[in-house]
Amino acid sequence: MALQSLDIKARSATTTPSPQARGAIPVAKLIDISKCIGCKACQVACMEWNDLRDEIGSNVGIYDNPRDLSDQSWTVMRFSEVEVQQGRLEWLIRKDGCMHCADPGCLKACPAPGAIVKYANGIVDFHEENCIGCGYCLTGCPFDIPRFSKKDRKAYKCTLCSDRVAVGLEPACVKICPTGAIVFGSKEDMIHHAEGRIADLKERGYANAALYDPQGVGGTHVMYVLQHGDQPELYAKLPKDPSVSPLVSLWKGVAKPLMSLGIGLAVFAGFFHFVSAGPKEVEEEEERS
Amino acid sequence: MQVTRRQFFRICAAGVGGSSLAALGFAPGEALAEVRAFKLARATETRNTCPYCSVGCGLLMYSLGDKAKNAHTEIIHIEGDPDHPVNRGTLCPKGAGLLDFVHSPNRLKRPEYRAPGSKEWTPISWDEAFTRIARLMKDDRDRNFIATNEKGETVNRWVSTGMLAASASSNETGYLTHKIARSLGMLAFDNQARV
Amino acid sequence: MTNHWVDIKNTDLVLIMGGNAAEAHPCGFKWVTEAKAHRKARLIVVDPRFTRSAAVSDFYTPIRAGSDIAFLGGVIHYLLSHDRIHHEYVKHYTDMSFLVKDDFGFEDGIFSGYNPEKRSYDKSSWGYQIGADGYVVTDPTLQHPRCVYQMMKAHYSRYTPDMVSSICGTPKEDFLKVCAMIAETSASNKTMTIMYALGWTQHSQGSQMIRTGAMVQLLLGNIGVAGGGMNALRGHSNIQGLTDLGLLSNLLPGYMTLPGDAEQDYAAYIAKRAFKPLRPGQLSYWSNYGKFHVSTMKAWYGDAATAENNWAYDWLPKLDKGYDILQVFENMNQGKVNGYVCQGFNPLSSAPCKVKVSGSLAKLKFLVTIDPLATETSEFWQNHGEYNDVDPAKIQTEVFRLPSTCFAEEDGSLVSSSRVLQWHWKAAEPPGDARSDQEIMAGIFLKLRELYQKEGGAFPDPILNLTWKYKQPHFPSPEELAKEFSGKALKDVTDPKDPAKVLVKAGEQLNGFAELRDDGSTACGCWIFSGAWTEKGNLMARRDNSDPFGIGQTLNWAFAWPANRRVLYNRASCDPSGKPYDPSRKLIAWDAATGKWGGSDIPDFKPDSAPEDGMSPFIMNPEGVARFFAVDKMAEGPFPEHYEPLESPLAVNLLHPKNDKARANPAARVFKGDWETFGKADKFPYVCTTYRLTEHFHFWTKHVRLNAIVQPEQFVEIGEELAKDKGIKAGDHVRVKSNRGFIVAVAVVTKRVRTLDVGGRKVHTVGVPIHWGFTGVAKNGYITNTLTPFVGDANTQTPEFKSFLVDLEKV
Repeated sequence: MALQSLDIKARSATTTPSPQARGAIPVAKLIDISKCIGCKACQVACMEWNDLRDEIGSNVGIYDNPRDLSDQSWTVMRFSEVEVQQGRLEWLIRKDGCMHCADPGCLKACPAPGAIVKYANGIVDFHEENCIGCGYCLTGCPFDIPRFSKKDRKAYKCTLCSDRVAVGLEPACVKICPTGAIVFGSKEDMIHHAEGRIADLKERGYANAALYDPQGVGGTHVMYVLQHGDQPELYAKLPKDPSVSPLVSLWKGVAKPLMSLGIGLAVFAGFFHFVSAGPKEVEEEEERS
Repeated sequence: MQVTRRQFFRICAAGVGGSSLAALGFAPGEALAEVRAFKLARATETRNTCPYCSVGCGLLMYSLGDKAKNAHTEIIHIEGDPDHPVNRGTLCPKGAGLLDFVHSPNRLKRPEYRAPGSKEWTPISWDEAFTRIARLMKDDRDRNFIATNEKGETVNRWVSTGMLAASASSNETGYLTHKIARSLGMLAFDNQARV
Repeated sequence: MTNHWVDIKNTDLVLIMGGNAAEAHPCGFKWVTEAKAHRKARLIVVDPRFTRSAAVSDFYTPIRAGSDIAFLGGVIHYLLSHDRIHHEYVKHYTDMSFLVKDDFGFEDGIFSGYNPEKRSYDKSSWGYQIGADGYVVTDPTLQHPRCVYQMMKAHYSRYTPDMVSSICGTPKEDFLKVCAMIAETSASNKTMTIMYALGWTQHSQGSQMIRTGAMVQLLLGNIGVAGGGMNALRGHSNIQGLTDLGLLSNLLPGYMTLPGDAEQDYAAYIAKRAFKPLRPGQLSYWSNYGKFHVSTMKAWYGDAATAENNWAYDWLPKLDKGYDILQVFENMNQGKVNGYVCQGFNPLSSAPCKVKVSGSLAKLKFLVTIDPLATETSEFWQNHGEYNDVDPAKIQTEVFRLPSTCFAEEDGSLVSSSRVLQWHWKAAEPPGDARSDQEIMAGIFLKLRELYQKEGGAFPDPILNLTWKYKQPHFPSPEELAKEFSGKALKDVTDPKDPAKVLVKAGEQLNGFAELRDDGSTACGCWIFSGAWTEKGNLMARRDNSDPFGIGQTLNWAFAWPANRRVLYNRASCDPSGKPYDPSRKLIAWDAATGKWGGSDIPDFKPDSAPEDGMSPFIMNPEGVARFFAVDKMAEGPFPEHYEPLESPLAVNLLHPKNDKARANPAARVFKGDWETFGKADKFPYVCTTYRLTEHFHFWTKHVRLNAIVQPEQFVEIGEELAKDKGIKAGDHVRVKSNRGFIVAVAVVTKRVRTLDVGGRKVHTVGVPIHWGFTGVAKNGYITNTLTPFVGDANTQTPEFKSFLVDLEKV
């Protein structure tokens, strides 16, 4: 059974009610971009702790390495050189990875029972042994986070080190961070911590410093302190107002009633095609709708 | 909200897929969700300090086994020492990757020898290596040792063989190395502090 | 570091210049972010590149590589001309009032006593005026034209903001903003820390850059105070320790120095180093030199070092000249060196001008490498294609490659940049047959000794008599060696004031260097480490991290040298009457009731010397005060002066446009034949600077898969304007060439490398990270030091890796 410290609050494609009697403190990881030196210690710690090793790639003329998230890189640094104020260069470095949405689009979209769970503390975890490789979580994610493994055709992403959190430790990336740009605690405490940081940034001239905790996905358990809170897109296209894909909302809203009516065998066959062959490439324009 | 026909089909498919799995006997109760087991639960913890830069971060090294006679220790994880006043548990990307330094495929495992003009290494025993190195050093020292300079001053130096010492080695190694080098009369002797 | 890592949290202003702490020392840099978060400290970064330190700074401004003395000299000029200095501090704790000899002079960039043929100075005029009483003559009013204050003011009056801007390429308004921020810290309750590293040391005038920074800090009263200091961020984990232990060509342990050929008389050797006080009432701690020296010789030679043989003085080799790494490779290149041992050192990668180093190694009869990893040096004879194109058949060097343990497989101590000796413990066995460095050194030495015992040979005495009382002779244990350098009593050590009182019994470990004696009754391998292992045990292994005063001192964590002091010169944090200048950051204070100094730190001072005694805080100087005027201690002059790098985009030194002798450092040593290897700006128009990246550590982590993943391939950084001029896009391959060779790498095109306006002309910078080579798990690359010039700082001979000339083209 699931560990008591991590009661499950929601589970993909199941209707079994979740336990609710025990209290749980929602947790959050706060990433203060104004303190981040882009050292990638968190990337290395993440791979080390989770027994992952990405490929040794190439340099393509930028500092971002590996260039993108993958089944082996659950977090990457994204470097942006911007001049918000003319003549004053800023090097904004954003640690990208799962935001652990309170209203997780991936979980909503997932058709495989128990492949994606949300714990009562807010962590959204993938359980690859249940993953059928359909790719719906990719479509469901407003932050473009989950990635398929070439090895096993399953989806992977940051677990917020649920194994560490379950025994009372902080995630590996949090512990390692040399400048304290990444901190971890109860979501309430993290919001309080962020307030102090924002006050400090405002005193230093960042009038629009703000907390990024987007409500379109119900808030997130990974939050950012942004120097330019009014322009999240400066930070390697962090979405300004993310929301769960309409596709996923439709699945929740429409598919279930359809299902209860019973549906034709053709659809069934379609499903088994998915299970055996995995998803087809989704065309660009469809992805964006 | 716009949904293409194909998407609509996929949603239906997935929707059925999900509940169908349940209908086929994959009851949710059996699709258990559990966090990955904590891998350090009974690993042996040893304190060390980072070998790279001079911040001197404290490390916790975790190794398999409890140091019982029959257990071969293998380091499986390294993280920062939270008690350490400077790093307070944090590490940089180099420190975070130390596990792969310890287990680097390029760690040297046995003494090797390359003969003059050869294209390759050949294995050599420690005793053979020490014997041959000592012979080469002694022959050079005996031939080139300078007891007095041209003014007749006592100088007792040996400058035809030199040494570079390791500034990532311990004080104990450094002290012993210095003591040996000067007893031989060596002057061509430096460490990375110079570069 | 005069201060220590955690102490940085106590600062109000951080100046990172000549370093890149966020990338090279991220976990130490944390204390900058703490100061920013909790003291509202500001961070200034001055660097040729907008680094990851700059990314989190409050103010960044660019500077042309190699022009830092001009910048800092301009800061000195600003502070003096705006009178933003800490008056009481400089008056009492520095040599401002000292009079300089009348024959000392400075003319068009050259100080008195210069010999252009020898490229060196006769320094006899570089000194203070000494009165009939043997003490320095002073003018406390600071009005005398020969006093240091007036002479310094005149010297730096040429460093105007316009001059600074034209030499450095730093915009004038940026420079003035930095000056204004720095000047704020002249207040008694404000302080600044300077964090620097190889960005200052690796220049032909690197030592003087650091000196100029120290002068700025002294003017502001920022030395010896919490949150202040000159903080050298050392590179390797024990580069501090190996320097402390004297593993350099001219040193003995604890910053003692080897004798020169002319020093045939032992007593004169000691007397020359045991400085007598130059002002009344001063401590001049080096006056104890004899005690330190004799104790080291007793540790090394035991009973064979006697008063009769001057404690085996003649067994020490004497210097006819320096034997720094550049000199040794020069000698090797001339065929004068037959054998070389590289213990954890990879000179093919880390020494300048690869073609010269590689050719020199090929002239050796034998090379021994001792390392946990397969270094480039160990394979210098092997053909690695374009990265190491040599013919093994033509290289007659015998090479031994001995595998050593790494940190995880040994016990021992390292000295951090904070001067803290920390013990570490073994966690696993090494792979295969690898052995510890101690076993390897013992193995070689014992074989040698055996041969000398059997065969005799050249001057065997020191070899045969070297103390070797280790319980397992082939494996001197770390514990035994640590006790040996910490020191023990050979006979009962008694209190000089009361000979009946025994301080330490014969055979016991000493409590510290105050117990050392010059009569042969104590043995101590390294006096500054004395007290690291006492009768109480191994103090380096202490793990009490409590911080009762809340300013980060943790005196019971491990052991700091000297005498567990955490902030050097801490007496200077108090005013002359012994009260802290800033009580909120109290390090020590005079307690009249107990007649002692005390506080959150161990006093770096005579603990019972009352303020009215007039002893000054800089007890290691015979003057008792800090020197603005360096007397004869520096190679190129008592006041730092800006000179161009040996390879510079400017044909002249803008401060001395008509004097070619004063273009580059007039005292820099250049070997015959190396002048021809220097390039000129007509063929090599761009300033090149080499450096570390945060993802890698020198040439080690290319063997580490996790680090190779996050920074896999060699690249160079160029600005957008140069890229446009050359038609280069990010990701293109480019060839960077100097007059000594070339490398090919991927181009990173960035706004972070700016084109500078230097003396009315555009100067582009090319940045080259150092980490790649032809062994490792990362993608193979060229050795960066293929490009660098074979010339070093005039004092330390540290190579000029930070500013030289290259050309660049798209491949």
